[in-house]
Amino acid sequence: MDSEKWGFTVKDIVEKPDLFMSGHRACAGCAPAIVMRLIMKAVRGPTIVTTATGCMEIVSTLYPYTSWAVPWLHTAFENAAANASGIESAIKVLRKKGRIKGEHVDVIAIAGDGGTYDIGFQALSGAVERGHDFLFVLYDNEAYMNTGIQRSGGTPLGAATTTSPAGQVIPGKLEPKKPIADIMAAHEIPYVATASPYYWRDLITKARKGLEVEGPAFLHVFAPCPRGWRSDSAKSIELSRLAVETCIFPLWECIRGEYQLSAPSKVIAIEPQRKKPVKEYLAMQGRFRHLFTSKYENLIDEIQRITDQRWQNLLKKCGITS
Amino acid sequence: MKSVVEQKFLALNGDEAVAYAVKQCDVDVVAAYPITPQTIIVERFSEYVANGEVETAFICTESEHSALTACLAASLTGARAFTASASAGLALMHEMLFVASGCRAPVVMAIANRALSAPLNIHGDQSDTMAQRDSGWIQIYAENAQEVYDSVIQAFRIAEHPEVLLPTMVCLEGFQLSHSLENVNVLPDDVVKRFVGVRKFPKVLTHEGKFAPLRLDPDNPMTLGPAAFPNYYFEFKRQQEEAMNKALEVIRQVHDEYAEISGRRYGNGLLDPYYLDDAEIATVCLGSTAGTVKTVVDELRAEGVKAGLLRIRTFRPFPVEGIRKALENVKAVAVMDKSMSFGGHGGAVFHEVRHALYDSEKRPFVVDYIYGLGGRDINPMQIRAIYRDLQEVLQKGRVETPIRYVGLRE
Ligand SMILES: Cc1ncc(C[n+]2csc(CCOP(=O)(O)OP(=O)(O)O)c2C)c(N)n1
Ligand code: SF4
Repeated sequence: MDSEKWGFTVKDIVEKPDLFMSGHRACAGCAPAIVMRLIMKAVRGPTIVTTATGCMEIVSTLYPYTSWAVPWLHTAFENAAANASGIESAIKVLRKKGRIKGEHVDVIAIAGDGGTYDIGFQALSGAVERGHDFLFVLYDNEAYMNTGIQRSGGTPLGAATTTSPAGQVIPGKLEPKKPIADIMAAHEIPYVATASPYYWRDLITKARKGLEVEGPAFLHVFAPCPRGWRSDSAKSIELSRLAVETCIFPLWECIRGEYQLSAPSKVIAIEPQRKKPVKEYLAMQGRFRHLFTSKYENLIDEIQRITDQRWQNLLKKCGITS
Repeated sequence: MKSVVEQKFLALNGDEAVAYAVKQCDVDVVAAYPITPQTIIVERFSEYVANGEVETAFICTESEHSALTACLAASLTGARAFTASASAGLALMHEMLFVASGCRAPVVMAIANRALSAPLNIHGDQSDTMAQRDSGWIQIYAENAQEVYDSVIQAFRIAEHPEVLLPTMVCLEGFQLSHSLENVNVLPDDVVKRFVGVRKFPKVLTHEGKFAPLRLDPDNPMTLGPAAFPNYYFEFKRQQEEAMNKALEVIRQVHDEYAEISGRRYGNGLLDPYYLDDAEIATVCLGSTAGTVKTVVDELRAEGVKAGLLRIRTFRPFPVEGIRKALENVKAVAVMDKSMSFGGHGGAVFHEVRHALYDSEKRPFVVDYIYGLGGRDINPMQIRAIYRDLQEVLQKGRVETPIRYVGLRE
């Protein structure tokens, strides 16, 4: 069943076995772990997964246990995409030589923001430029969580991390988040999309689409980390929704260079009064606590301004405004 | 008993000899990134790919780090994988060298040895591979282009042996071997193909409780490269060491088997002695220098000097027993090092050889000669001087300067 025909209903999802299984060691309320489970629901056939070093690798494969019901490989932090290149190339040749069954095998590479925006970017950019057929899933928890919440290129402006702490003179991270999905779209690969676990159906459909296209696909998934964000463990999914509703993390697809808004963001484009202020989102997280003091409150306006600006640019790219 | 097969002569430089051997070994995936003096290997190989002479996926990665990663991942997916590098490229792979051996991926890599920066230098010394000697890779050092060709073919058999499963490097000195044209005897394609065979996979117990071939296979899910904390990590490392010990025997076996069809031997595959049986003074070296040393030994022998040479072909695993036996009756030994170990009192080969001799009853005198750094030439006169030094050591009955430099302006 391809994504066009598959309903992706609750029933469909429940009936599919979990390929990322329970029993892993992620913190309570860890959205990345939910993302793992959801993307593995999109799998269509024989699949091999490779994960970069980071929380999702550590919590799921502590020897002699594993959460992965599919063949899975970890080699290092910066090279999930290079792993995928090797796996995909090997399968192609071995099939051609008749050494393995003739079935197509999907390859999924998974990395956090560090393994994607920063140290992993070179391997990722190289692998998609070479056109390897794989889906790269970025679970974006906006910092290096595995090593103790250090800033990454995906950390948003104003967030306090252990290497961009909010101090007397510096209000947390000084730079806005790197627009990674746009950078990947600029590689002119067949499929780029953003997704959020609150909109689980949209997320699974996009993961499936990414698997179905021939060539590289990039899926940027928003993934709150209660530990790093100093947020309530029970609020990760609510934050996943608010990020979309505030347009901090709009949902879109870019298919062969054509941008289009996904339904949850399109609703806001059509009815701008639904767009919530970023303050609502920021207020729920300890990492932005200092922004709610008189000293640094101007940053909230700045975050709102950048969010609005990026949203307007996106609307233009999607042909909604000119 | 197999008989030696008919072969043909090709004029190949060391790099081309590597590419030619890889072409014959039915390699599935080659991933590489260019660096002098290795470039000719991947250039030649990409011609084979472009002309449809091989059934190989050729991945021109964006870095050496990704090249080795792709090879290692391909290897764990079941492919026979090859890459080549040198110097800065090998250094950039450093992290992945440990991952490849830790994951037991039998990748084969040719290294056209080259000095490390700074200062930048593209010429052949062994600082690059010596710096990786603890990375869990088998290291074979070839003396000439012929041996380069033969060793690459043997390397696949050694690396993929189910009781070894360790990545293997074949090292050839940059320019001295990589770029010098030689007559190389090559085996027919089908003979090589039969010799290396189709890759086999040992069966391991999966988390589903089944025995399945050790590789990424959707029919038998396996978790490879997991996290292992203090309660398990140590055992993984000990197993790698056992595989290294096993490799000593496998390298010998594969070498013998290959000798039967090719008619070519390099000592016992681990150590290649030259006039050592009754030698009183001997040098120990790796790689192409042995050729020059042999001509000097010939001259000295003609003059009645009991000189010998021990060429170490396999530096990892280090054939400790063999070295002890080979040098036990020699009175003074000169170890030649084409790399330095800063602050470590002598080069890597010196450390290891002297260490091997510590437990022998008749400990010979051992002197270290550091030479050839950054590709500096060494000539027969200088090697003669080394043997003269050894005679002097014997006369004096002690080693006054244990670490000496050959051909250095001081
Ligand atoms: C070359 C290298 N540098 C540093 C590290 C240490 N390290 C391991 S995981 C990690 C951070 C991972 O962050 P991210 O990719 O954002 O994933 P997360 O832990 O947040 O899930 C770091 C810095 C490493 N493993 N390798
Ligand atoms: S630190 Fe964050 S990302 Fe890591 S397991 Fe915990 S909640 Fe998940």
